[in-house]
Amino acid sequence: MINKTVSDVQLACQGVKNGMTFMLGGFGLSGIPENAIAELVRLNVKDVTCISNNAGVDEFGLGLLLQKKQIRKMISSYVGENAEFERQMLSGELEVELIPQGTLAQRCSAAQSGIPAFYTPAGYGTEVAQGKESRVFNGKMHLLEYAFNADFAFIKAWKGDAAGNLIFKGSARNFNPNMCGAAKITVAEVEELVPVGSLDPNQIHIPGIFIQRIFQGNRYEKRIEQLTVRKRN
Amino acid sequence: MALSKEQIAQRIAKEVKNGYYVNLGIGIPTLVANFVRKDIEVDFQSENGVLGMGPFPFEGEEDPDLINAGKQTITTLPGASFFDSAMSFSMIRGQHVDLTILGAMEVSQNGDIANWKIPGKMVKGMGGAMDLVASAENIIVAMMHTNRVGDSKLLKKCSLPLTGVNCVKKIVSNLAVLEIVNNSFKLLERAPGVSIDEIKNATEGNLIIEGDIPEIQF
Repeated sequence: MINKTVSDVQLACQGVKNGMTFMLGGFGLSGIPENAIAELVRLNVKDVTCISNNAGVDEFGLGLLLQKKQIRKMISSYVGENAEFERQMLSGELEVELIPQGTLAQRCSAAQSGIPAFYTPAGYGTEVAQGKESRVFNGKMHLLEYAFNADFAFIKAWKGDAAGNLIFKGSARNFNPNMCGAAKITVAEVEELVPVGSLDPNQIHIPGIFIQRIFQGNRYEKRIEQLTVRKRN
Repeated sequence: MALSKEQIAQRIAKEVKNGYYVNLGIGIPTLVANFVRKDIEVDFQSENGVLGMGPFPFEGEEDPDLINAGKQTITTLPGASFFDSAMSFSMIRGQHVDLTILGAMEVSQNGDIANWKIPGKMVKGMGGAMDLVASAENIIVAMMHTNRVGDSKLLKKCSLPLTGVNCVKKIVSNLAVLEIVNNSFKLLERAPGVSIDEIKNATEGNLIIEGDIPEIQF
């Protein structure tokens, strides 16, 4: 077993520098790498490009990096929950590239798999297609999209072991598995770091080979963005 | 009477057939789940990675690790599954999802749809909508027939940035049920008490009216 464990988030984030490109897992505030984000805020790295489906909310998630103006460019599919984000985008302080969600996932997956580019029908005939190569397959138009090229992937899983094997929970899985191994260094934070051998190999979602560093997060707030409930009769 | 949002959802629910996997967009489409017949088997897919979505949780049972694509807390039904985002869009792009229901700001007579951006005003992003409309075989749009000042949203050509081209099959608006055929909106049904003239006046694109147009039945 190759041990991927680092003792804390400081060691996990060692090597991050200004101007780097980061991938961050999560959908909305669900399954985001809360501890890594807090450390990136503390390190105050600047001019970073963030690849993440969403940009957090004003007071949480990637919104914390936005508040400190650490992000130069966001690559996302939906950014609608964040007033500071909108302000920086409209004033031109923040560069934003909006791309279809499935294309975002597949560009991560392509980077993970060593596939340099792929064709997808999403966005054909829209402004997303501008400047992109297109081609007909089976009578239908497709766009050429490229694998991402990132320095660090920060992902969050439910359980993991020292080998870097990961198990996700519920819909907090989302983009996290697709980002594992899709950057030069993948940092996994888990709610529970369990002893090697205690995870059933049949149940592992992401094998440790994709992970360089793993640590147990100090705490998880797990904020709910839209609390919707029904009444008991 | 024009249909309420709930009635639009109720009419669309009649299009949901036994054995369908269905993706519901945010807004009126989400309401469709409430009106699907109880005697058929339907699975709802949420593109953030859930198949077999159930109703909202009871108070106190909400789980931050279990949300839908609108970031609302949800539950799952027996037989549900979770998966990553790439696999979710394999279901969508690979046409394993049978029916996609989504909202629109504008639709054109050739089936183009615009629903993600108002330049200078609203720039939130397309989320999964572009992937959905580019691949889905069967797309039904839930929308208001006109905007707040009464201008048609069923147009010859969309004025807003497009989400997808030549993709919409059917529209259920507050005034009518229409199908896209031969570069036109073909009127299939009208809202109870709404006249053909009202629909004509509210539709900028080509409108095909053949024979008697029945009222929408629920």
